[in-house]
Amino acid sequence: MTPGTVRRVGERALLVELPGPAEVAALYGWLSERRESGALGAVEELVPAARTLLLDGVADVDAVAALLRTARPTAAAAGVARGPLLEVPTVYDGADLAEVAALWGVSVEAAVRIHTGPEYVVAFCGFAPGFGYLTGLPAPYEVPRRATPRSSVPAGSVALAGPYTGVYPHPSPGGWQLIGRTALALWDADREPPALLAPGTRVRFTAERA
Amino acid sequence: MNELVVERPGPLTTVQDLGRRGVAHLGVPRAGALDEPALRAANRLVGNDPGAAGLESTLGGVALRAVAAVLVAVTGAPSPVRVDGRPAAWGAPVLVPAGAVLEVGAATAGVRGYLAVAGGIDVPPVLGSRSTDLLAGLGPAPLAAGDRLPVGTPPPYRARPELVPLPAPPAELVLRLRLGPRADWFTPEAVARLGRDRYLVSPTGNRVGLRTEGPPVARARDGELPSEGMVLGAVQIPPDGRPVVFLADHPTTGGYPVIGVVPAADLAAAAQARPGTPVRFVPLRER
Repeated sequence: MTPGTVRRVGERALLVELPGPAEVAALYGWLSERRESGALGAVEELVPAARTLLLDGVADVDAVAALLRTARPTAAAAGVARGPLLEVPTVYDGADLAEVAALWGVSVEAAVRIHTGPEYVVAFCGFAPGFGYLTGLPAPYEVPRRATPRSSVPAGSVALAGPYTGVYPHPSPGGWQLIGRTALALWDADREPPALLAPGTRVRFTAERA
Repeated sequence: MNELVVERPGPLTTVQDLGRRGVAHLGVPRAGALDEPALRAANRLVGNDPGAAGLESTLGGVALRAVAAVLVAVTGAPSPVRVDGRPAAWGAPVLVPAGAVLEVGAATAGVRGYLAVAGGIDVPPVLGSRSTDLLAGLGPAPLAAGDRLPVGTPPPYRARPELVPLPAPPAELVLRLRLGPRADWFTPEAVARLGRDRYLVSPTGNRVGLRTEGPPVARARDGELPSEGMVLGAVQIPPDGRPVVFLADHPTTGGYPVIGVVPAADLAAAAQARPGTPVRFVPLRER
């Protein structure tokens, strides 16, 4: 894998631009391992995103930038950050399920089979604590966000937008297409780990009866 | 355990320490005092560790009754301090007797006042911090009348003769700016103009960001940036072109391009700049 483009962000942060989620996951795993072993020096935050990885609170910015310019993490490095396989029991009765099935040109039953098919992986978190952006749904099934976001989406809502699947950990406004719901508590600040959907977690959705 | 009972919460008073670290990858913002040097100074005045939790008030101050006697210090936005109606010192340790009411009045300048109490505000920490995060909804809710705030065990008393430097709130907010990582999303003229144009602090800002009013910063390209990690002090340019400076409760990722980053040392002044204060960005030369 070729190294990404490294950009300075203020005094103590670096942003690495990468081709896509696979490369982000590999670099995230590679850096997590080096941070753990002390080879990276002090780094407060590693924040993966769609096509970038941010390193914030970096003690020695120049040294880490030099390291990143020569870093060649293999695809296997992504495995370092991988958690156990999480099963998310889901009742597929979301308000937008019929619309999503129509967008895909299939029946509702087939849409559920499509969504329960792949193994997903949490590419990154954002939007709210514990809100993971899951990749793994094949490209033909990308759906747009809703034109008008809902003012309130219940916690546990399983939803789609663009290439991602997500599960709302808290009640919040939201513009994603709601296809189902889970009773799993995705976020609990008093639990270790607080977020079930941390970056690297593998996920399968299973269809449950209401 | 000693407690402080909230008599008057003020417009927005929250518990703040130095914030959360190491959880941004889970989507958890850093939170923490917006004017960190002011919280550190208040803690020093009462003998606390710098990371002890205190209260951050907003413009209107706060009033609290001490169940047992307690040493406090008020810093940040200058404001009148009274104990049971009698004037007391601002920016210095003040003893509040048992049952007395500490009244921090409306700020005479600046925005955010800090109240440290010997022993610290001892609410349960969440993910390593007692800070209220208004964006993510973590930590204790903003103060409400009647709330009882637990106070930790005071540290052993030591004489503290040193003067704590307490800078005055700015008449003009000067924010240095290290350009990047997305300065190339804007025209070179727009980047050059950002250092010359005058902005004003907008009244719509909050703990998430200082918003500005002024000439829009023109983009060099259309399209959307995939969400990427955000840092404290990042200057995002939203579609309306008016710079937003990210403060402690900023989201961990964002999709608007960041033209530059304000060094942390300049953010205390940003926390104290009232709406209408002139803002000047000073781009730093790239290394």
